[in-house]
Amino acid sequence: MKSDHQIIASIINEGAHVLDLGCGNGELLAFLMQQKKALVQGIELDENQMHQCVERGLTVLQGDIESGLVDYPDKCFDFVILNQIMQQIKKADFVIQESLRVGKRVIVGFPNFAHMKARFTLVFRGKTPINEALPYYWFETPNIRFLTISDFIDYCDTKEIKIERQYYLGKSRPVHFMPNLFAQNALFVITRK
Amino acid sequence: MKNNSVGVVTPQYFTFAEPPNALQLKSGRSIGPITLAYEAYGKLNEKKSNAILACHALSGDAHAAGFLEGETAAGWWDDMIGPGKALDTNLYYVICANVIGGCKGSTGPSSINPVTGKPYGLDFPMITIADMVEAERHLIDSFGIDKLLCVIGGSMGGMQALQWASAYPERIIAAIPIATALKHSPQQIAFDEVIRQSIMADPDWRGGYYYEHGQPEKGLAVARMIGHITFMSDQSMEEKFSRKLKNDNLSFQFIDDFEVEGYLRYRGYNFVKRFDANSYLYITKAMDYFDLSGEKFMPTVKKTAVRFLVISFKSDWLYPTHQSQDIVRLLKRKHAYTTYFDLISTYGHDAFLIEIEDETRLIKNFLVNVSPD
Repeated sequence: MKSDHQIIASIINEGAHVLDLGCGNGELLAFLMQQKKALVQGIELDENQMHQCVERGLTVLQGDIESGLVDYPDKCFDFVILNQIMQQIKKADFVIQESLRVGKRVIVGFPNFAHMKARFTLVFRGKTPINEALPYYWFETPNIRFLTISDFIDYCDTKEIKIERQYYLGKSRPVHFMPNLFAQNALFVITRK
Repeated sequence: MKNNSVGVVTPQYFTFAEPPNALQLKSGRSIGPITLAYEAYGKLNEKKSNAILACHALSGDAHAAGFLEGETAAGWWDDMIGPGKALDTNLYYVICANVIGGCKGSTGPSSINPVTGKPYGLDFPMITIADMVEAERHLIDSFGIDKLLCVIGGSMGGMQALQWASAYPERIIAAIPIATALKHSPQQIAFDEVIRQSIMADPDWRGGYYYEHGQPEKGLAVARMIGHITFMSDQSMEEKFSRKLKNDNLSFQFIDDFEVEGYLRYRGYNFVKRFDANSYLYITKAMDYFDLSGEKFMPTVKKTAVRFLVISFKSDWLYPTHQSQDIVRLLKRKHAYTTYFDLISTYGHDAFLIEIEDETRLIKNFLVNVSPD
């Protein structure tokens, strides 16, 4: 069980309605369905990953993340999960705003580009950072944008989004001191102010 | 016979709506008595909670699986229905009925009108998809089944699945509409109109009262040929026929030089032997009238518990992917938990009868997960 999945599972209450955008092979949703009796809906583009979702007993829609939210009524999910997709989508602001519309709470998880090691690699070695959270070479990475913990906090501030909770993760344990420098991954629970 | 076949099956008949309790139709007219031909496979459990209704497409019938006594050809969805198959008859009780308006044992324009003692012909009232579902609902009631586990079908069968979900959401757990639409586009209506015109332009059609004289064979064959073009894709026709000739040389005459011509003629003229021309008119009209778009879908429901599996095929240009995506969009508005796949296939609209492996994988898992037991 991935540590970010464990944290997400701890946030979600029993029987919650959950939408996971870019749900991959459905590992997280399957866990939420079994452990939390959550009603889960995934959206995914990759057909092989979708088949794995169906084998796990999940409901999953083939579709892209940008257009996936539009038709859902307001606040019809208790949680919308945007885990590890922020760095890969074109219309990030639109997706967050739409998630806040259809979900009572939104869980956003992303790799922190300002992590110490990433900074070191860029500044002293002059190379694009590659680490556990950012494991790709420049020529194969699905990531089209890079954001940091500070960036995201600023964004929420500007857009009047309330940060209810935040979790900062190191390689194997939570980070409490100077997260923008020491955390590899971050998870935020956000709502409309 | 393979060991995963349901084996030899016997058609059953259910008659209802005896006057004065004739069935009220959407057109305002009523009809009765109505007979539905149906087949059923597997075993209905004690709680009557494992029943699946499989709905057929335009030219289908109640014979979905297994073999009729003395026949060698299996039912139209035999690859999908049987022990261990997508609709696993070891687990589920699968029912398939010929639609009202059809010509394979159910009451339709070729049936005897009890008032005149002659075939209805065009005296048969216009039928809608909603009327078909209403008739099926009477059949399901006769089994004492309160709630269907699932309604499934491709093309017009998918329309019936959507109609069931819309009219009787409390009576189904799940719906699987495949290669279908919420409504016919003008292009689809246009094809249907050309199909109908080709039947009605045949002098043998005789205004619809041809039963003493025989079918309008030429018109019906052409109608079916048009249909077959729309069921295939550019790519599947290229793969199947390319420009291959039936004989080595061009004949320089108006005969079927190309294999594709021979195929269409063969399909067309075989169809005449098994399908009533008037039924083709009535059923295509029913499909054209079908419209569950917007507020017309599940009008009484804000949030539905019905689970959906929607499937489309990338090369299907008769019921293209965007029409299934419209279904999904509408389901989102009803906050329905939905699985949707746009499957890769080169077979065009026919794919729902051919892409068995992918469909089986999806449907099997989906049904296991929606089953209450």
